[in-house]
Amino acid sequence: MEQLKLKDLYDGFRNPQTIKALKRLLDKEAKKLNTKINIMEVCGGHTHTIMKYGINQLLPENIEFIHGPGCPVCVMPKERIDHAYLLSLQENVILVTLGDMIKVPGSRGSLQDARSKGADVRFVYSPLDTIKIANENKDKKIIFFAIGFETTTPMTAALLEHVIKNKIDNIYFHINHITVPEPMRVLLDNQDCKIDAFIGPSHVSVITGSKIYEEFVTEYNKPVVVAGFEPVDVMQSILSLVKQFNENKCELEIEYSRAVSYDGNLAAQKLNDKYFIKAEHFRWRGLGDIPNSALKLKDEYAFLDAELIYKDILPNEEIDDHKLCICGDIMRGVAKPNDCKVFGKACKPSSPLGSCMVSSEGACSAYYKYGNLL
Amino acid sequence: MCLSIPSKITKIDKENNIATVDTMGVERQASLELVDQAVEVGDYVLIHIGFAMNKINEEDALASLEVYKEIIEKMEEDERRQAILEDEACPNKA
Ligand code: SF4
Ligand code: SF4
Repeated sequence: MEQLKLKDLYDGFRNPQTIKALKRLLDKEAKKLNTKINIMEVCGGHTHTIMKYGINQLLPENIEFIHGPGCPVCVMPKERIDHAYLLSLQENVILVTLGDMIKVPGSRGSLQDARSKGADVRFVYSPLDTIKIANENKDKKIIFFAIGFETTTPMTAALLEHVIKNKIDNIYFHINHITVPEPMRVLLDNQDCKIDAFIGPSHVSVITGSKIYEEFVTEYNKPVVVAGFEPVDVMQSILSLVKQFNENKCELEIEYSRAVSYDGNLAAQKLNDKYFIKAEHFRWRGLGDIPNSALKLKDEYAFLDAELIYKDILPNEEIDDHKLCICGDIMRGVAKPNDCKVFGKACKPSSPLGSCMVSSEGACSAYYKYGNLL
Repeated sequence: MCLSIPSKITKIDKENNIATVDTMGVERQASLELVDQAVEVGDYVLIHIGFAMNKINEEDALASLEVYKEIIEKMEEDERRQAILEDEACPNKA
């Protein structure tokens, strides 16, 4: 959300003693490194922690962050946003979605723009709030525009379960759930890949368990530490990674053990499997088409699938970003937001050209908001 | 505001599988449908978009609450409520 006038908060929390102590340890450990290491924090939540608390300024010279594709709003291609936009403008439709999605421009405009054209677009704090909207608007079709990684998939599944169990007949779904390991693989398979290690997304891992990162350690030889969102968590995780390099190890570690286990939340995983299967394709904004990187509803739930029900009005041609926007390079780790020619000029949070600026989790937005701390 | 503040369960509505939780003084409700362990009043959980995602052991929960307390105390009442509600509202956190 918008800045909450929380400047005090950042100030008070940026340099607690623990962080200083961790920095000293990290400096010591980093001196022993014989190469420079690039760490990708896959998740936008971590990008924000890093920028907000100035962790990037605390890092020794031979350690650098690469900001990954871990924000579902940033990676949503324009054609999918257009779907939401077009659905919301259908007669008797209420489009329901979460968070920053409302501000992201598609090729026809954002959901906010649709709203000003008379569309009924609503933002909910929880997918379950959709049920209330459906009950109060029996004569309308409610379409839940579902977004997010493995973290939010089970919440959509829970809504599906409610709809089916209680025979609610006016809620439909447009599914845009994506998964973390596939894009990570794509980044690593890329020739210009500079990633040496990963900080694993925390909320995803609460659901999936750390086991989904096993392959990066065994097949790609890249250490992974699953980290929490506090600055101390992030510092601690960097330290663990550097230690691994110095000890010539390559392991999967869980720093965020207060919330993450190896197997994850099995009940949530089971619920996901009940309703979703892998979609053959999903085009990621900036990264292109990645096979098996998203989910779709199983065939037996086709009657709830707004994408099928409205397929005649939903175009599928691919729509690329503004020519100057380099979000893709940023998410691949080959560029930083301030390498973009329009950063902070033609592209600002108030007039974003790309979704890395729109989403408050996006790398561009983080650099814009907290860049003054650099 | 990407926190992840542990919430304490203060009441459980068994019939609807909904818990009333307290997140640093802000009370709200969260579905227990996704939690795969048994939970009771007094347990700590992590909440995300209206659902408890998992249980957190008490020692860990208290340790992170200490950290958050420091931050939250600096905020005005309204801001505080807003920050806590938004923390769990974020769909973006991967
Ligand atoms: S500054 Fe704007 S245009 Fe440039 S990469 Fe970021 S989002 Fe895209
Ligand atoms: S992205 Fe961060 S600031 Fe935006 S709603 Fe989520 S937690 Fe709050």
